[in-house]
Amino acid sequence: MKLKTKHFGEIEIDESKIIHFPTGIIAFEEQKRFFIIDNPDENIPFSWLQSVDDPDLAFVIINPFLFRKDYEFKIPDNVIQELAIQSPENVAVFSIVVVPQDITKMTANLLAPVIINTKNLKGKQIILDDKRYKTKHYILEELKTTQTGEVNNAGAK
Amino acid sequence: MLVLSRKPGQSLMIGDNIRITIMEIRSDGTVRVGIDAPKEIEVYREEIYLAIQEENKLAAQGMVDLKSLGELFRK
Repeated sequence: MKLKTKHFGEIEIDESKIIHFPTGIIAFEEQKRFFIIDNPDENIPFSWLQSVDDPDLAFVIINPFLFRKDYEFKIPDNVIQELAIQSPENVAVFSIVVVPQDITKMTANLLAPVIINTKNLKGKQIILDDKRYKTKHYILEELKTTQTGEVNNAGAK
Repeated sequence: MLVLSRKPGQSLMIGDNIRITIMEIRSDGTVRVGIDAPKEIEVYREEIYLAIQEENKLAAQGMVDLKSLGELFRK
């Protein structure tokens, strides 16, 4: 099908890869269907979470483990049920990124990760109850404390 | 807003499946509240929920060129 996107105009997508968010994304609860647009350049660790039904709504997302190797949380039981998660291998985790004018100050929200069951393509943004994590983690700063060169391992957990 | 008085150990029912119990009132003014609700009802501290709404709205406003973002990682 054709998908109108915020940044890439109209693109052709595989409809079977649409991700369903039964409760939407917080503050955008009416948006239930999203599509992940990967960056064609593998060196760039960001993707887009593009709303299927609102072309103007798209989030930059990142694999949080790329800059926080120690990131960890337990997925609450109700979410495991809601997304019908059967195995940890089928879970993809993304953080929503805010990119300000000065892009070196971009931040990732580690307090409210986006969880996707890659088997049935159901997703949800959950809110953690964990004082270690905030809505703003400076990605480049925290990346410095991790070893460099690991940015290329996109998808590695 | 409906305002009711409760003592520690007393509860409120919201509908027939949500019970809110006052567990403890501490000397510093903190009130500990217990919530029994069906699993599909999500319970958040309000300020955290609002902060995440705000953060998502900010994230949605971004007009970002991923290429320039990528340059940062290529250094």
